[in-house]
Amino acid sequence: MASAPNTIETVRAVAGDKYKYGFVTDIETETAPKGLNEDTIRFISAKKSEPQWLLDWRLRAFRSWTQMEEPNWAKIGYPPIDYQDAYYYSAPKVKQTPKSLDEIDPELLKTYEKLGIPLREQERLAGVAVDAVFDSVSVATTFRKKLEEYGVIFCSISDAVQKHPELIRKYLGSVVPYADNFFATLNSAVFTDGSFAYIPEGVRCPMELSTYFRINAAQTGQFERTLIIAERGSYVSYLEGCTAPMRDENQLHAAVVELVALDDAEIKYSTVQNWYPGDENGKGGIYNFVTKRGACRGRNSKISWTQVETGSAITWKYPSCILQGDNSVGKFYSIAITNNRQQADTGTKMIHIGKNTRSTIISKGISAGKAQNTYRGLVRILPTAAQARNHTQCDSLLIGDKCGAHTVPYIESRNRSARVEHEATTSKISEDQLFYCRQRGLSAEDAVSLIVNGFCKEVLQELPMEFAVEAQKLVSISLEGSVG
Amino acid sequence: MLEIKNLHVTVDGKAILKGLDLSVGAGEVHAIMGPNGSGKSTLAYVLAGREGYEVTDGAVLYEGLNLLDLAPEERAREGIFLAFQYPVEIPGVGSNSFLKSAVNAVRKHRGLPEYDAMEFLKLIREKRDLIGVGEDMLKRSLNVGFSGGEKKRAEVLQMTLLEPRLAILDETDSGLDIDALKVVAKGINALRSPERAILMITHYQRLLDYVVPDFVHVLSDGRIAASGGKELALTLEQEGYVSHRRPAAEPATAPRV
Repeated sequence: MASAPNTIETVRAVAGDKYKYGFVTDIETETAPKGLNEDTIRFISAKKSEPQWLLDWRLRAFRSWTQMEEPNWAKIGYPPIDYQDAYYYSAPKVKQTPKSLDEIDPELLKTYEKLGIPLREQERLAGVAVDAVFDSVSVATTFRKKLEEYGVIFCSISDAVQKHPELIRKYLGSVVPYADNFFATLNSAVFTDGSFAYIPEGVRCPMELSTYFRINAAQTGQFERTLIIAERGSYVSYLEGCTAPMRDENQLHAAVVELVALDDAEIKYSTVQNWYPGDENGKGGIYNFVTKRGACRGRNSKISWTQVETGSAITWKYPSCILQGDNSVGKFYSIAITNNRQQADTGTKMIHIGKNTRSTIISKGISAGKAQNTYRGLVRILPTAAQARNHTQCDSLLIGDKCGAHTVPYIESRNRSARVEHEATTSKISEDQLFYCRQRGLSAEDAVSLIVNGFCKEVLQELPMEFAVEAQKLVSISLEGSVG
Repeated sequence: MLEIKNLHVTVDGKAILKGLDLSVGAGEVHAIMGPNGSGKSTLAYVLAGREGYEVTDGAVLYEGLNLLDLAPEERAREGIFLAFQYPVEIPGVGSNSFLKSAVNAVRKHRGLPEYDAMEFLKLIREKRDLIGVGEDMLKRSLNVGFSGGEKKRAEVLQMTLLEPRLAILDETDSGLDIDALKVVAKGINALRSPERAILMITHYQRLLDYVVPDFVHVLSDGRIAASGGKELALTLEQEGYVSHRRPAAEPATAPRV
């Protein structure tokens, strides 16, 4: 109907809220010299007093990286990144490592409070332990004491290198090798901090673990590395959140997350990614090139990835599961929302190696404005994966007529007993639906939010309670000014 | 309550309503009848504020407000309810939660406290039995997989919950078997009150056997061609619309009620 533009206008007029995490914290920082070379890497490694083997590992990664080419197969477009024109290390200046929250710079505590992550014990959401990463370093990890009683280790990865070198040496790079891909290799060379979690045998982690990543400094890349190990029969649920200030230039974020689940262990990994997406003309925003992979090493192990991707100018991300143990289970639940000029190329890889391995993929892509949203997924069944099963469901929702949704599934089955299913739909929020809701008294904005939340329901309900409510709001905010 | 004067409406450049006059008072039930393409549904959509219907002339006063200035949601909150001929499916949105959002949006506008989940559940339990809507139906996504009859019953249930001042029913009787029609009619009759007006748009006389109107109007070629009491509907049933078809060229003044 010719009237669509009217609705768009009406709703644009209504939309006022912008990215509310776009503020900058004024804090003294220590940075590495600009640019990327072996000296930068030695600087980072020395800052963190790392053992020689880790420096060597970083340098090997760097040398591989110099031989690699930036991948160009994703459906995203951006001007060439000048890797020499960025800082690879930025940390708030501290005289000494804070022993408690009282010793942390009040500016930092304020920043996290403003972000809705109060670090102070008494103000915190009950039952969630937080590791706060500010630019290149972890500034605080809460509830550490309580977790220790259960034998759970939850700290920054820099701390873990010092205190648990045997675990780091055994597992770092064991899921995502240092020369895995361009961005992961860059991360291996220059990663600065991130979270480490270790759940001992038979322990059900008593609380949700969470890391909150914040990019603050200008022209600084964030390269964090997260490693989670779930020993036999253990269980952990982990949440990750991210925001960044509004800046005109693009900032690079290239993280690596590795998960290892041994026999009968289960890891639930949830992400709400809300990096600054850039303005409505596509100026600024985070380039989010992330490698996330989980290894279901043990029998009956389970890994599930749940992601709500609303931010970033560019998202390039494929959280994957290597289903090695017999009967292991991999799950991927995703909501990717792109508005204005955002571009997302995201999906998953499910690699079936063990017998009776099962995987489920549910992807909900929502495109508005002039955004491009691509689901790219691989389901690979190896000859050893007898009776493997996969079910994939990819749904795309379009809002307006200037955005795009694309689905690129790769399916490779090399075992005749395997069963692979792929379902895909593409739909549009129709004028009819909007009018119907408005006739019942709902504003156009509320109507879109209601319809989109309904569309995403299967994924939203996979999120832990505290996160689900937040995510639901975020879904609405991300789409403000998008109706058509 | 509702005063439509010389309403001209075009859709995609084509004139559909050509000088329609209609006056509806509180407590009255009006039936608008007419052949296909006479502009019945257009009238319903224009009153509800659907986009794409361009008013080229005329005015609509509702409770002293210039109705045409209001956005669809504002009209709804002011008490205008349209029961759709083809209710829209909204996957993933539970009927219960949709109804709660709608009722609360209207209550908020009227300065009444919003219902919480428990209060709303209680309210909906009272109302749904009257309309013959099962609990399981409300747990499903809005209108998704509903049969034709279920959709119409769901519309009447929404109407009951939203307590409109002016209810417009667009072909609510179409696609209903006789038992479903009786249930729906019961729901509509229960809404009749001295403060509320009902505008029933229908193609057939059938519904009017169960919901007896105070006034019947024949819409033909974009205008009211005849008005009368409930007996007019019976004449139409026997003689068809032919005798009331307005010669297109003749600039007849439509009878007023």
